[in-house]
Amino acid sequence: MVATTGSHDVMRTADGVPLRIKLRRAERMRKVWAITLVAPLFLFLVVGFILPIISLLSLSIEDPDLTEGFPRTAEMFQEWDGEGFPPPEAMATFAEELAVAGRGEFGRAAKRLNYDISGFKSMVKKTARKSEELALLSPEQMLDGFIKIDKDWGDPAYWLVIKNASSYYTDYYLLWSLDLQRDKEREIVGVSPDRAIYVDVLLRTIEISFAVTLLCFLLGLPIAYLLATLPTRISNLLLILVLLPFWTSLLVRTTSWIVLLQNEGLINDAALWLGLWNEPQELIRNRFGVYVAMVHILLPFMVLPMYSVMKTINPWHMRAAASLGAPGWKAFLKVYFPQCMPGVAAGTLLVFILSLGYYITPALVGGPSDQMTSYWIVQNMGRTANWGLGAALSVVLLLLTLVMFFIYNRFVGVDRLKVN
Amino acid sequence: MTDSMHSPDRGSNEPQVRFENVQKTYDGEVLVVKDLNLAIEKGEFLTLLGPSGSGKTTTLMMLAGFESTTHGDIVLNGRSLRLVPPHKRDIGMVFQNYALFPHMTVYENLEFPLQCHKVEKTSREKKIAEALAMVELTGFERRRPAQLSGGQQQRVALARALVFEPQIVLMDEPLGALDKKLREQMQIEMKHIHQNVGLTFVYVTHDQSEALTMSDRIAVFDDGVIQQLDAPEELYERPKNAFVAQFIGENNRLNGRITELAGDVCLVELPSGHTIRALPVNVSEVGQQTTLSLRPEVVVVGAVESDGCDDIFTAVVQEQIYMGDHTRVRMEVFGHDDFVVKVPRGSSHGGLELGQEIRIGWRSGDCRALDAA
Repeated sequence: MVATTGSHDVMRTADGVPLRIKLRRAERMRKVWAITLVAPLFLFLVVGFILPIISLLSLSIEDPDLTEGFPRTAEMFQEWDGEGFPPPEAMATFAEELAVAGRGEFGRAAKRLNYDISGFKSMVKKTARKSEELALLSPEQMLDGFIKIDKDWGDPAYWLVIKNASSYYTDYYLLWSLDLQRDKEREIVGVSPDRAIYVDVLLRTIEISFAVTLLCFLLGLPIAYLLATLPTRISNLLLILVLLPFWTSLLVRTTSWIVLLQNEGLINDAALWLGLWNEPQELIRNRFGVYVAMVHILLPFMVLPMYSVMKTINPWHMRAAASLGAPGWKAFLKVYFPQCMPGVAAGTLLVFILSLGYYITPALVGGPSDQMTSYWIVQNMGRTANWGLGAALSVVLLLLTLVMFFIYNRFVGVDRLKVN
Repeated sequence: MTDSMHSPDRGSNEPQVRFENVQKTYDGEVLVVKDLNLAIEKGEFLTLLGPSGSGKTTTLMMLAGFESTTHGDIVLNGRSLRLVPPHKRDIGMVFQNYALFPHMTVYENLEFPLQCHKVEKTSREKKIAEALAMVELTGFERRRPAQLSGGQQQRVALARALVFEPQIVLMDEPLGALDKKLREQMQIEMKHIHQNVGLTFVYVTHDQSEALTMSDRIAVFDDGVIQQLDAPEELYERPKNAFVAQFIGENNRLNGRITELAGDVCLVELPSGHTIRALPVNVSEVGQQTTLSLRPEVVVVGAVESDGCDDIFTAVVQEQIYMGDHTRVRMEVFGHDDFVVKVPRGSSHGGLELGQEIRIGWRSGDCRALDAA
């Protein structure tokens, strides 16, 4: 836009107001109205969704237990280089704070230390009980005093754990959620195999999501095609049947699969009666049960976007392909299916991302080796109250979802997606 | 492309396509096509013309294989098509909405039938280039259908139906979506392309001027029956029944009763009491009701006996509409006020006035006595 030098160059309305100002005034009311319409939802999203998520995710990089429980100790341990034993003054401060720490802070700090070396918690408790003994000692005698209470204090590794827990911001939980930790030299290394579970869980999460997406696609494609090609009267009826599961709660649908699939369930009873197998088969509490229930629940999310795209495809294309010499399968693969891609992409993305976060269904119909990341988030947030690890696992799951989304965008293009 | 195409061959005894007593019903109650017998000669441009619902498109779809025949058989080159699926019939088709594949480029659209017919990659390129040159779209290979105008899409659809050199090309109102000017231009081009490639074209339309422009023969459909199958000039000049006369071109209809019938002249008495000499076409006996058909352009305005007119009457000018190359004059005669006459521009009787009485006349051979329908 070229800047106008004199007022004569500005286009004006009949009453002399510049055209652009007049236009802005006319548009203003419309903008205000649009903002008013959006504002309630926007505020709700900020307060009810974005802020909680940010505060929850920030837990994954916070390590407040020691810095709040033993603030001065944490400060002094941070200055220690981690070689051998900490300076005697730091040990003395630790002994002082052990004696005076309130019950809640003390418990949380002890639990935090226990994450790294099991048994550390009871060792700290024992030391706290006998902290009067330490109060009488000079700094030089401090280490011996600690060792006298528990001989494990003679192992520098215990002191290092305290140092590692002493900074408020930490990558500890994020590393943990990927089965990693920092060793003495602060290098990132894998945790011992008996503690490494989360990478397996993550891979399993991807595997289950991928399998469920594939199954939904294979089962959903013919249904969507049928719905799109049948006369409207019949297809509307079938569409209601596809939507029917949405009218029942997720929990009810999952538990009804338990009823069907359990050892004394309908399917086993029927199969035994028909002689298909001689003893009840394990259909539930394993991967099979997870797949059956998840595919059943997620199928509509695959069918609906595919259906809505297929509905827009010109039915004459199949005839045109036939007239050009293509047998039915070739016409479908080369002409019809490529045009379904926006719907297929939307459906698979939807199902995959929903699967990544699945919790209830695997928890109810899966066995111990079928639990996904969400299950462990709940475990850590709830039962063991390890909020840091729970938040870190959430971050990993969120990042995984985003990575999948971007990979998808790279190959399919989200702007091509079509949902109802 | 031309060299490898079949040359027009109208002389052989066996037609390329034969419809044998074909009947078609969709609902089991109404016959959409009633006992159709039709022979299509190799290399001809045959148009199926008729109003909507007359069975012309159904006939085309049965030939393409998209609709089954309820009764009867269709024979292509002496072979029954009953059990031949559409993709094995070797019949190309241009659809009303073109049905170009939107996810493919123009090149890929044309390559698709060649792939299906397992044409070598090297000769594919040559054939596609020739086909695009034929419809004057060279250079559009990389475009997608959405980037083309309606006329260009139509040409691609035509090229795609021709590129694999099928035995027959079917077209279902392919020009229906184009504007008038483009449509007329495409009609001429299609006619030229037909002459160049020498394939059999079967064309469906409800537009009679389109049919007249392009066709070697026209089959006029009504109510599931072919009313007349003839060359364009035959159809226009010598319609065999009232429907054809009325459907093709403009037509003055006069209802009357045969009073005398002798050889190639009959006398018809109108309700107004006038008696007109006419050519008996499908009337058989005296006393029968008949519809007289008189084209507006055969009427001579300001007629005198020496013009060769067999009948001369007096009419009153009711309305004049200037059409550029001619003037449409509506007149009152025989008690009707919807008698239309076309006066060419530059005619000596151009300056008519409303209410003016004028003598009009025609040769009895141009006035055809048809069925009373």
